Amino acid sequence: MNRKLLAALTFAVLALFLLSLLTGVADVGPIRSLKALFWGGEGPLDIVMREIRLPRAILAVMVGGSLGLAGAAMQGLLRNPLAEPGVIGISAAAALGAVLALQTGLAATVPLALPGAALLGALLGVGAILFLAGAGGGTLALILAGIALSALASALTALVLNLSPNPFAAHDIVFWMMGSLADTSFTQVAVAAPVMALGWLLLARSAHGLEALTLGEEAAASMGVNLRRLRLAITLGTAAAVGAATAVAGTVGFVGLVVPHVLRPLVGANPARLLPASALGGALLVLAADIAVRKVLPGQDLKLGVLMALVGAPVFFHLIWRMRGAA
Amino acid sequence: MTDLVLENLSVLRGKRRVLQQTNLHLHPGEFVGLIGPNGAGKSTLLRAALGLVGAEGHSSLARLSPAVRARIAAWLPQAREIAWPMPVIDLVALAQNGRRDAPQVQAALARMDVAHLAERPATALSGGEQARVLMARALAQDTPILLADEPIAGLDPAHQIACMKLFAARAAEGRVVMASLHDLGLAARFCARIVVLDHGQIVADGAPEKVLTPDLLGRVFGIHCHIATVEGGLVLHPLESCNHLTWKEGSDAG
Repeated sequence: MNRKLLAALTFAVLALFLLSLLTGVADVGPIRSLKALFWGGEGPLDIVMREIRLPRAILAVMVGGSLGLAGAAMQGLLRNPLAEPGVIGISAAAALGAVLALQTGLAATVPLALPGAALLGALLGVGAILFLAGAGGGTLALILAGIALSALASALTALVLNLSPNPFAAHDIVFWMMGSLADTSFTQVAVAAPVMALGWLLLARSAHGLEALTLGEEAAASMGVNLRRLRLAITLGTAAAVGAATAVAGTVGFVGLVVPHVLRPLVGANPARLLPASALGGALLVLAADIAVRKVLPGQDLKLGVLMALVGAPVFFHLIWRMRGAA
Repeated sequence: MTDLVLENLSVLRGKRRVLQQTNLHLHPGEFVGLIGPNGAGKSTLLRAALGLVGAEGHSSLARLSPAVRARIAAWLPQAREIAWPMPVIDLVALAQNGRRDAPQVQAALARMDVAHLAERPATALSGGEQARVLMARALAQDTPILLADEPIAGLDPAHQIACMKLFAARAAEGRVVMASLHDLGLAARFCARIVVLDHGQIVADGAPEKVLTPDLLGRVFGIHCHIATVEGGLVLHPLESCNHLTWKEGSDAG
């Protein structure tokens, strides 16, 4: 059953990837577009396909996969379905790092400074959450820690923008922070790929530990899980995945909340099997949302992060409602 | 076969010594009941033996790496945590790297009487059923040493007796089994050896009929018991608490 689910998700990702390539301002037929992509020369459509739409679709898969995977891993570690990097302020902390890199000009001069700074911000964010919410990850402590971290990161980001000498740059950054894959190129793909790959590797290796953690920390430790190493791997992995995703796409929240929530029943609630499914599901969701922002309000530049929040927040409400009933 | 050896094992919590210079040698084939009042240090002793809490002194398990230790000793913690609504069989199969069809998994499900619940989500079960599922997980680990912290709390009487018999049978297979228990009657009847812990120290250790004397029960537990021999086994039933342990007027026992 699991293999079927992964196959279905992979197929859906490929289909939406193709659809994403065929979606854009230039209204061109699918056959001509694909021809331009694979056998094109230097004409305007060829360049649009190769250097605008292709990297955008690839980034949607990378960003969505990272956010879905990181959400599933954080939830497994804290044993709480509300633990999502965007919701608990890790994306905000990553954004702060990215904004600092952009404002200081570091991003323009040092290669990989932008994802590096975002990773550092995310790392501090994850560390703060794990420290404040404690190992057990009680819902109340987690939510409160998330609120505190979000507030602090937003305030510091606002401070940076507030003191910015260039109001136009600040304006750009505000829009960038809403989360979007518009105007991306292969530069961003190259910038994000190595950091994300590191995050994926660390999180994928945590699967067995997360599975055992279902029975609590003591039982997991007695079953051969090295808890310290597991916590470190997930902290670094989440920071790398979310940091790199934020660095290229701004803050896109709720992906790691909605996707594991929907897929969990389909994998028998198994935290290990949820990881690959959530990665594919996240890619699927972000691809779909990125197609939607271009189709729903063409020419209006609807932001990906805004759309995701509109879809995700109700799911968050629903989860809190259900947990309130269970307590 | 594997012994469990503790030498001068001590645990500090803050400045308080919750376990003091404990020496204990458990042999294969023994079902050991660890008894003592609340806060005596039973859970701490078990955790320290496994190396799950920092301790001074020596335990034959604590210095092993987590992966090696998992093949030697299974541990059933007191807190019954099941974080996700996983099917019962998948939870039990965690002990065998997720292999649902492993013979140990099937045997453990049958022995804990939860085979009929195998496909149900574990979080939807009653507390006692969850306890049996978690115990099945520990059994499925198929280790020469089994340590359990209050394994029979919350089970119905029939399953309590079945569980005690099962532990005795596991020990008879040549394993070390140690369980902390609050039911002195069941401990007296089914354990081959009783270790009594009080204020972090072992105050008695031996066969039930030697250890569970009226004097010790009064001193350590503050209770007066009826002790007799029925059907070739020891029967112990608490009758009355000694004066110094009665609840204060108006205090709430709940």
